[in-house]
Amino acid sequence: MKHFILVAVLVAILTVLVGFGLDTIGLMPELASLQGVFIDQLFRMHIWVISFLFALIIGFMLYSIIVFRRKEGEQGDGDHFEGHAGLEIAWTIVPLGIVMYFAFLGSTALAETRRADPNAYNITVTGQQWSWRFDYTDYGFSSDELRLPADRQTLLMLTSTDVIHSFWVPEFRVKQDALPGEGMERELRITPTELGRYKVRCAELCGTQHAYMLADVFVVEPEEFDEWAEEQLKGVSDDPVERGEVWFGQFGCTACHSIDGSDKVGPTWMGLYGKEEILADGATLIVDDAYLFESIREPQAKIVEGFETVIMPPTGASMSDQQIQDVIEFIKSLGE
Amino acid sequence: MANQKVKLFSLSFFRGVVFQVLGTLAGMGLVMLIRLLMGLPAWKAEPVWVGGAFVGVFAFLIGAGAFSDWAKMAFGEDVPEHIETDPNQPGWAKYFHISYDHKIIGIQYGVTSIVLLALAGTFALIFRTELAAAGLQVVELDMFNTLIGLHGMVMIASILLGVGAMSNYLVPLLIGASDMAFPRLNAFAYWINVPGALLVVSSLFLGGFDTGWTGYPPLSARAPLGMQMFFMGVYFIGFSSILGSLNIIVTTLRMRAKGMGFMRMPIFVWAAVSTALISLTATQLIGLSFQMVMFQRLFGMGFFDPAKGGNVILFQHLFWFYSHPAVYVFILPGLGIISELLPVFVRKPLFGYKWIAMSSLGIALVGFFVWAHHMFTSGMAEYLRVPFMYSTMLVAVPTGVKFFSWVGTMWRGKMTFETPMLFTLGAVSIFLLGGLTGPPNATVATDLHLHDTYWIVGHFHATMFGGFIFPFFAALYYWFPKITGKMYNEKLGKWHFWLMFPAFYVQSLGQMRVGLLGMRRRIADYDPALNFDFSHLLITIAGFVIAIAVTIFIINVIQSLKKGEVAPNNPWNSRSPEFFLPSPAPEHNYADHPFEVVGEPYDYGLADAPFVKFDAAPETAAD
Repeated sequence: MKHFILVAVLVAILTVLVGFGLDTIGLMPELASLQGVFIDQLFRMHIWVISFLFALIIGFMLYSIIVFRRKEGEQGDGDHFEGHAGLEIAWTIVPLGIVMYFAFLGSTALAETRRADPNAYNITVTGQQWSWRFDYTDYGFSSDELRLPADRQTLLMLTSTDVIHSFWVPEFRVKQDALPGEGMERELRITPTELGRYKVRCAELCGTQHAYMLADVFVVEPEEFDEWAEEQLKGVSDDPVERGEVWFGQFGCTACHSIDGSDKVGPTWMGLYGKEEILADGATLIVDDAYLFESIREPQAKIVEGFETVIMPPTGASMSDQQIQDVIEFIKSLGE
Repeated sequence: MANQKVKLFSLSFFRGVVFQVLGTLAGMGLVMLIRLLMGLPAWKAEPVWVGGAFVGVFAFLIGAGAFSDWAKMAFGEDVPEHIETDPNQPGWAKYFHISYDHKIIGIQYGVTSIVLLALAGTFALIFRTELAAAGLQVVELDMFNTLIGLHGMVMIASILLGVGAMSNYLVPLLIGASDMAFPRLNAFAYWINVPGALLVVSSLFLGGFDTGWTGYPPLSARAPLGMQMFFMGVYFIGFSSILGSLNIIVTTLRMRAKGMGFMRMPIFVWAAVSTALISLTATQLIGLSFQMVMFQRLFGMGFFDPAKGGNVILFQHLFWFYSHPAVYVFILPGLGIISELLPVFVRKPLFGYKWIAMSSLGIALVGFFVWAHHMFTSGMAEYLRVPFMYSTMLVAVPTGVKFFSWVGTMWRGKMTFETPMLFTLGAVSIFLLGGLTGPPNATVATDLHLHDTYWIVGHFHATMFGGFIFPFFAALYYWFPKITGKMYNEKLGKWHFWLMFPAFYVQSLGQMRVGLLGMRRRIADYDPALNFDFSHLLITIAGFVIAIAVTIFIINVIQSLKKGEVAPNNPWNSRSPEFFLPSPAPEHNYADHPFEVVGEPYDYGLADAPFVKFDAAPETAAD
């Protein structure tokens, strides 16, 4: 009996030490969404149960290692007992109850993260190698940054033009993959609660530049958001070159094409217009409007030598003719 | 000896490799010819490489002689019971040659496993160095992606081979059989790993692949050629699991010693059988999922291509239907080793033998109903998330039974702390860490944050180190005398443990910490604004310490083989039958030492209650 009391004390001390240690160390990053509140609550309960169970097993082990070790000169074997059916049943039933209770908590917390606000406004999020585009469908404009008004629910519809990506802002906690294909849009609800600047970080390996597939997130006051939306709505610019530059960012061209002459995954746009290119099949051509238009709409139609293994996402499919024309003007402006 | 001339080409391994190279070239030529006749471009096409690699694997097996006896049987010729190696070859040569002796095959598995472990560990050291600081310093992005994928899959192959090593070497010895039920199938199941592993590693030189070990399409459908080699290599390694498991199950069912009822088998056998049941029935699914991507690439079948009506989620279901139970394939044998070794070093019966035996079967069974917990954020049908959460949480119950029973075994024992025991205790504590960090991933809400972060990496590595790596080393030290006839160096063994154990905690806890703070999986570079550079540096240092520890182990093995003390028959005072045989174990096990089971396997502390009774007094080692 003495042994059990001592172990119980040891386990209690370990539980408190580990539990408080983990609780105060600041395990999670800053919390900035309503959905995350329920996740953090549940996670904190997990941490305490983990602390207790860790202390329980390690406590008994440490005690056994110290007290029940073979002393110098000791002979013979340990006590002979083969088991205890009552104990075995107890440590089957009790953990069963605990995990079922946690599964129940898990489902209620999940339900909270999915709670729908009928006034939520809609944003379509499109992932493509290796950038994000945000279409504010309620307003009718697009952006390469995600700007959200605080304390209002946003319904994000996630989709992808090429491979699987995953939308994750650590401060919002919730995460959802963006899938390619029709009818594969997936939703994610976020109610930001803290003003600030965060980042969308693609959480599903999506190829070479996966590590850099980020987008800025700004949580702003509702008034500020309205101003920004109005600005966006005014239209981008009258100048096709300026518009082209905006599309260059929004449609993610920038992920693979540089405008400073350096090499990325795709050919640089600097000095591209009017240049003579050698194609993979050996033919040559001069880069002109028609060729650029075709290359954006049907990227695989003509491949420049050296880029045979690169598959450009079907970005052009979701661009209007005018937008493509703007991009071509932008490329022209980058010099011949 | 110096005057023994080694004819390399007469050994299965070298002949197989030569045949594989020639077979690959022949296969490539054949596909090129067919493509020429069909009017397709013949050179540099992916099907040429894939066709060549496919033929190459069979060429290896033919060259190694894995089909020879079966071919002879088919033509009605006599086949020898045992393969005799050329007596003029030195002793090591037989390990490079095909053999039907389960102990030699076990050693072949084990050595291959350690070679792959070192290789995959080296991959890890390279990308860990890259991750020691933010920014890109050591490798390019594509190389990084290839290395993480190869680290994962080569480690998996290493673990599967390690599991094969333990099952093959130990199961017949523990149940009193003289060999496996199907010795030729046993040899085949080992040898198919070699060309498979060569293919997986060849992907590094054929463009690599940027998908990680999971190979999710559509990314894997557009990855470089290396992807196909990776898929095909894994596909063939899968055959080893399936055929090897079949052998373990039949051997256990049919070849136990007289009197050895199921509840009197050494507990590791229960773990090996539970493992085999999973491998036998689930491995097909990973083969299938990889094959479907291969066919999509080769023949344009649009299984996972949205443009052709395919669905990318289907792959994940098929893939995880194997790949989740697979983690129980990795850990169950290790947990069996813990249960097997604890009573010996505690000098007490195993607490709750039947419960531990049944918990292995329980984990194997529940393991089939939890795969979709890898897909909580994947966008699968939403209504699947809650049921899979409940089933996943169930895994904790039989796992808990094991922990509590181990603690019950340790209670009031007389513990000693030789190297195998240190690794066993280390395994319990690390597997505890891995196990306890599981439920937060299982409750869907918390998983929304944790999924695809380094938290998962930390959790997974804790389960693998606690469930496989530490028990595997415990087993290697424990049976080293029985395998080699020499004792290992205890001092080096302890160095190995005391370096690896704390280093692992630093590595795993560090991974969990950065993961919670926002470190995503599989990224070559991270945002310095997240402020975890220092944690990453610590993780990298810990990784190198683990590498040093494993190097010490390898030095220990080589040194002890050369000049270790001669091992007694039963250095651990164990009750298990193999320790009543001479060391090293004789070629036909118990053929000259038949025994009968007369008691319980773990009745330590009970006088006059033997487990086995040999017909004739066991001979002492002929020295």
